[in-house]
Amino acid sequence: MKNVVIRFCGDSGDGMQLTGNMFSSLSAILGDEISTLPDFPAEIRAPQGTLGGVSGFQVNLGQGVYTPGDKADVIVAMNAAALKVCVTNQLFHDHAIIVVDTDTFTKADLEKAQYTTDNPFTELAIKETVQVVPVALTSLTKESLKDSGLDNKSILKSRNMFALGVVCWLFDRPIDKAIHFLEEKFHKKPDLIPNNVKVLTDGFNYGQNLALSVNQIHVDPRDPRISSPASMAGSASEKHTLIAGNKATAWGLIAAAQRCGKRLFLGSYPITPATDIMHELAGRKDMNVMVVQAEDEIAGVCTAIGASFAGDLACTSTSGPGLSLKSEAIGLAVMAELPLVVIDVQRGGPSTGLPTKTEQTDLLQAVYGRNGECPVVVIAASNSANCFEYAYQACKIALENMTPVILMTDTYLANGSSVWAIPQLNDLPAIEPQSVPQSLKGQYNPALRDEHGVRYCAVPGMEGFEYRNIGLERDAQLGTISTKPENHERMVRARQAKIDRIAEQIPLLEVQGNIASDTLLVGWGSTEGHLRAAAQELNCAQVQLNYIHPMPKNTAEVMHQYKKVIVCELNTGQLATLLRARVQDVTFLQYNEIMGQPFAVERIVSAVNSKL
Amino acid sequence: MDASTFKSNQYVRFCPGCGDHAILAALTKAMAQIGVPTCETVVISGIGCSSRMPHYLNTYGFNTIHGRGGAIATGVKTSHPELTVWQMSGDGDCLAIGGNHFIHEIRRNVDLNICLFNNRIYGLTKGQYSPTSPKGFVSKSSPFGTVERPFIPAELVLGARGTFFARTLDVDMPTAVDCMIQAHQHKGASVIECLVNCVIFNNGTHNWIADRETRADHSIVLHHGEKMIFGKDQDKGLKLSVSTDGETHGRGLIPHLVVTTADDPDVLVHDAHESDPTLHHMLAMMGQEDQSLPIALGVIRDVEEETYDAAVNRQINEVRASSKAKNFDELTATLEQW
Repeated sequence: MKNVVIRFCGDSGDGMQLTGNMFSSLSAILGDEISTLPDFPAEIRAPQGTLGGVSGFQVNLGQGVYTPGDKADVIVAMNAAALKVCVTNQLFHDHAIIVVDTDTFTKADLEKAQYTTDNPFTELAIKETVQVVPVALTSLTKESLKDSGLDNKSILKSRNMFALGVVCWLFDRPIDKAIHFLEEKFHKKPDLIPNNVKVLTDGFNYGQNLALSVNQIHVDPRDPRISSPASMAGSASEKHTLIAGNKATAWGLIAAAQRCGKRLFLGSYPITPATDIMHELAGRKDMNVMVVQAEDEIAGVCTAIGASFAGDLACTSTSGPGLSLKSEAIGLAVMAELPLVVIDVQRGGPSTGLPTKTEQTDLLQAVYGRNGECPVVVIAASNSANCFEYAYQACKIALENMTPVILMTDTYLANGSSVWAIPQLNDLPAIEPQSVPQSLKGQYNPALRDEHGVRYCAVPGMEGFEYRNIGLERDAQLGTISTKPENHERMVRARQAKIDRIAEQIPLLEVQGNIASDTLLVGWGSTEGHLRAAAQELNCAQVQLNYIHPMPKNTAEVMHQYKKVIVCELNTGQLATLLRARVQDVTFLQYNEIMGQPFAVERIVSAVNSKL
Repeated sequence: MDASTFKSNQYVRFCPGCGDHAILAALTKAMAQIGVPTCETVVISGIGCSSRMPHYLNTYGFNTIHGRGGAIATGVKTSHPELTVWQMSGDGDCLAIGGNHFIHEIRRNVDLNICLFNNRIYGLTKGQYSPTSPKGFVSKSSPFGTVERPFIPAELVLGARGTFFARTLDVDMPTAVDCMIQAHQHKGASVIECLVNCVIFNNGTHNWIADRETRADHSIVLHHGEKMIFGKDQDKGLKLSVSTDGETHGRGLIPHLVVTTADDPDVLVHDAHESDPTLHHMLAMMGQEDQSLPIALGVIRDVEEETYDAAVNRQINEVRASSKAKNFDELTATLEQW
């Protein structure tokens, strides 16, 4: 097979995210392309065995992998509730294999999962084409660990390793690599290794016993001559790793700080799904990262603004509700013309909305959501690995242009993983933060600009450059408070012009797919993989925007080349709204989903074929 | 280096007669005595009359947005602990819209010098009651008198586990200068409540002690290590009492401060460095709700605890010293890769 989609699902305490991540990493190391979709409930521990507590992890592996896959080819269901969720939400194909723990089909378990009969298989009316593989996971795990001395609770927690062992056999993964990976994973808790290795191995061996009833799945090995589409950045680096979006974002900030010799400062407040960025950076004191866990979202951005004023590379990470709270302070950074990186890991909204689900509904908030004429740069990552690249670019643009930059990612990118070509620091583009010529000593003021319209930057500690920054309007010559009418208009236009000029620094749009087609799919941010896969099936053209404000210079030109331009977004049409304002004489059609989930390729394809 | 070194060339736009003029004068005098160069001094403010202060000082300054000065100052000081950072704020900026940042900068003990200008009114928005306006206060937004209980800033500071609290008065320049210098010397969040008069919207709000005739009898300037003596003729002192119910207006055995004669052997000696805040709290509360006791001015509390900025930087340095990966390329080398 070219590629296979597998979904692990169970109780939120069953360790499905860990199991899924381990299997993904194992497959990636063996050369598969990977795209993952963790899908978990908002509750940390919903009542055990209930439908609301089911946590899933889907991974697509093999060749030509752009997305985590619409539906699974293999389901591993750790209990009756997980099985039911997979069936009722149609999460698998008609010829899928379902491995399910039948030990969980007790009367109490079935009641918790709201079954009305004692036979889940018939009650759920699973199609005959689906191959159900009942496995007594619980009792097999107990048997495996009966001499371990572990208590019952700990033994039950190891069921996921037995399941992983079975799956390793099913996909013909060498067990020694899996064991090695397990040892790496638990190297800080070595006492956990022997029991986990035993359960994993027993699971693998049990799989061999299944061989009579189930065929192993062989995923085609990678052709080394073809570069991996999962790392769309296209770096020449030889080394690869699997990286989650939030970690890639954090590391992009670290790389940028080191590339320009500034200290990285993060002011942040915990918020799903952005918090992992703060976790990662709080643990990177070895990289001289300073993290302030602030008292609220506003303090998160404000401490960053203070650090920026004092000369650090300053960032704040948040999600939609936090971006709302930070609006006024982002306006301050615009007015004070200070570099600032704001990371918005979008989730379902409005208000508290769907905290653990994905959506692209903050775009207009990012572009326009502040009082006054308040332009900032807005950019978006488009896969988990390139969160690194765009976080790095956000820092570069902010520091070189003395402006806030909002980097948009989302739940799907943040929690999902893809293959990252590991760069060397010196191969990354140089970053030259704005500074101030010594010749201005004694005459400096914060209104003085260079030939690109970027204000010169002095920082505390520099003798002879003492100045007062403000959120009030400043005089275009003197840098002091001014309420003069003409001056205000001049300054509003100067701030906008500075942002507009950044279009010169960003890459042009590149159309993918069948560029000669008359149909163009347009997307932005995290939908790139789905739209590229859909364009392939539709044999049409596709273009993804990573730079949204300002837009690439050839945006209008590209749109004009196609008869039918369909803007596909996980919102009601926010990019489409922006495009209509900026590109004349093109009719922008729309395809939108707002379900808290990534696109399904087949839904895009059928919508384009039938309606658009 | 003298006070003029710290004055900018900006025309000072406080109203004629505003108490903020006096604080500005005291601050430039204190800065000159402290002796940190202008380029290593940073003054952060929010919004309000008091928050105009950075414009009049020839240091690095940042007049930010309403209420957020505390968070921005925290960012400046934490990222650059070598700088001397002042925060200028008012009773609205600091205790209403910025209340959360205020209590947290104190709780964290960030090494900031915070001047809280308390005129018990919103001046820049032309006269609404503030969180420190007394109950019943009539203003444009409380035409029938407020029904709100006011904050007493010292209580908030001590409640947030503050390590330094001082109180000064616009018309008492020497105490203000002295408190500012001590605030600078104190490592940690130093709050100076500056009682200031708003000549336009709340004229005479602090007259109880600002009046030259009565000030000496209605206030006491505390000095660490000195007896608590006050009065026009220095004839009165303060002592602790735990006397019986009949003598304490129903307060029973609760210890409390009482006025005694200056020669009473029980007159207390002020210990600003005592870590237990009980007595500091009693001193700070004097004259706030009960005018039988004098209002305390000067440094009421000044105790040492590790500052947030020092601790954060120390932790980073410790981890860096022991970590194997020193840079980005060494960090990526630790990844599982193929």
